Amino acid sequence: MKISMDIELTDIPGQLVLALKPVSDLGGNILSVLHQRDKKTPSGRIPVQLTLEIEEQGLDRLVERLKERDVNVVRIGKERLKESMMVLLIGHIVHTDLGETIDSIDSTGFAEVVELSLSMPGVDKKSSASVTLSAIGKEELKEALNILERTVNKKGIMIIPSI
Amino acid sequence: METKLPKLVRISIIGLGNVGRGVAEVIRRKQEEIKRKYGIYLKIVGVADLPGAVVDENGLSEDAIRKFKSRETTEDMTTLDMIKDVEHEIVVETTPTNVENGEPGLTHIITALESDRHVVTSNKGPLALQYGMLMDLAAKKGKELKFEASVGGAMPIISLINDNLAGNGIISIKGILNGTCNYILTRMREEKLPYKHVLKEAQERGIAETDPSNDVAGRDTAVKLVILANSIFDRNVSYKDVEVSGITGITSEALKLADGAGYVIKLIGEVDGGSSGECLKVAPRLVPKDDPLNVGGTLNVATIKTDLAGDITVIGKGAGPIEAASAVLSDIIGIYM
Ligand SMILES: NC(=O)c1ccc[n+]([C@@H]2O[C@H](COP(=O)([O-])OP(=O)(O)OC[C@H]3O[C@@H](n4cnc5c(N)ncnc54)[C@H](OP(=O)(O)O)[C@@H]3O)[C@@H](O)[C@H]2O)c1
Repeated sequence: MKISMDIELTDIPGQLVLALKPVSDLGGNILSVLHQRDKKTPSGRIPVQLTLEIEEQGLDRLVERLKERDVNVVRIGKERLKESMMVLLIGHIVHTDLGETIDSIDSTGFAEVVELSLSMPGVDKKSSASVTLSAIGKEELKEALNILERTVNKKGIMIIPSI
Repeated sequence: METKLPKLVRISIIGLGNVGRGVAEVIRRKQEEIKRKYGIYLKIVGVADLPGAVVDENGLSEDAIRKFKSRETTEDMTTLDMIKDVEHEIVVETTPTNVENGEPGLTHIITALESDRHVVTSNKGPLALQYGMLMDLAAKKGKELKFEASVGGAMPIISLINDNLAGNGIISIKGILNGTCNYILTRMREEKLPYKHVLKEAQERGIAETDPSNDVAGRDTAVKLVILANSIFDRNVSYKDVEVSGITGITSEALKLADGAGYVIKLIGEVDGGSSGECLKVAPRLVPKDDPLNVGGTLNVATIKTDLAGDITVIGKGAGPIEAASAVLSDIIGIYM
């Protein structure tokens, strides 16, 4: 998947190469590097913005390896998901495998469930959830909504999208 | 100086219910003003209810209509005979909506057009089922068939689009077209009460019918959407083509969650021209609190997306005898303007 990442390097020559190496080591691809040599963080580090392509499973290890090399990872780009919408679900949300419902979106690679709040009034009563979907573009967001609709329809859950 | 005589416009009203009697009342109230302003003199020469029709070519008095309604007097003829044989210009059709076969309104409207009379109706059934056929018949006869009251009651939408927004391409229409559902969802949210409780309250206040299913299941909204789809977007759809879900499953917890996130839940009908996506659906939707579609109580609202004017939103009373009669009256006057 494609992600963006803000990192901070110590101000020593060769740090950038050192920081980029684990990406290729883990089978990833650097798509762009924005290296602002003239900018410094208050702690004297140099901020760099990366865009890269990497397997989702590799992401955690990448962050670990960067830390080992004294690279600060300040942000992992959720903002690649530019479009968001809220939907509401009403029904037996938890007992119909909420994990799988969320997974149906997260596994697309182009959309994610970025926020979820649940309201469960009683054991055998219907619960409600507000879910924020984010996707990389408008079309993808629409598709994510379709997928979610199909998933919850099968489970007898009502879905209320925003206008 | 030459003074122009007002044009006599003779009218019959079929269906003396809330709307039919409302039409009789507003005609009575506004008769002089309309004569002065528009140069037409409206005269009710016949009214019909379930048993049949009473007629008076000199104009039916308020009292005569009331007595016939309370069955103190009996009918002079059948409704269809009145439509065919009594000389008049406009038939106002306000019998109950029937989305199974459109009757009795369908036969009334066909008979009226075939008898060379204009038709103004608030009845959704015939339009939702036979729009194309009825419009063709009206065109063939050179008569008008107008139906502003059938969608959104007093809220102007059909003539707003056809007259005021003429020249604009209409991209989509989205709105709340059922006041009962709006009332229920508004009260549930404001009072944090469950659906069943609020429905009962709405029934007691005369806002919801004893059998509320047409409203709460979204069918009434669907029928209005079909009328918009056919009349505004030139689509050829019927009631069965609409994707419908209603509000019966909405819980107060869901409304609370929505509220916390800055939204309200409304039953929204949405229709577009069909070029991109062919939308024709009725469903509960989240509406941002600051969106113009967020109106409360029994109000109706519609946002019309146009290619030149941008978004236009109209808000108005969707039901009520005088409100619906307002739309009927403006259709009547519109025929002569
Ligand atoms: N109420 C509103 O605010 C509103 C707004 C917009 C549109 N509409 C539409 O306008 C129409 C009238 O609504 P409404 O509220 O006035 O309904 P209503 O009060 O039920 O009135 C319908 C009237 O039609 C009569 N009728 C029934 N069958 C007839 C027949 N075969 N021939 C002649 N008259 C007949 C009924 O008589 P009986 O009472 O003896 O059966 C009743 O007086 C409906 O189609 C409705 O959907 C209503």
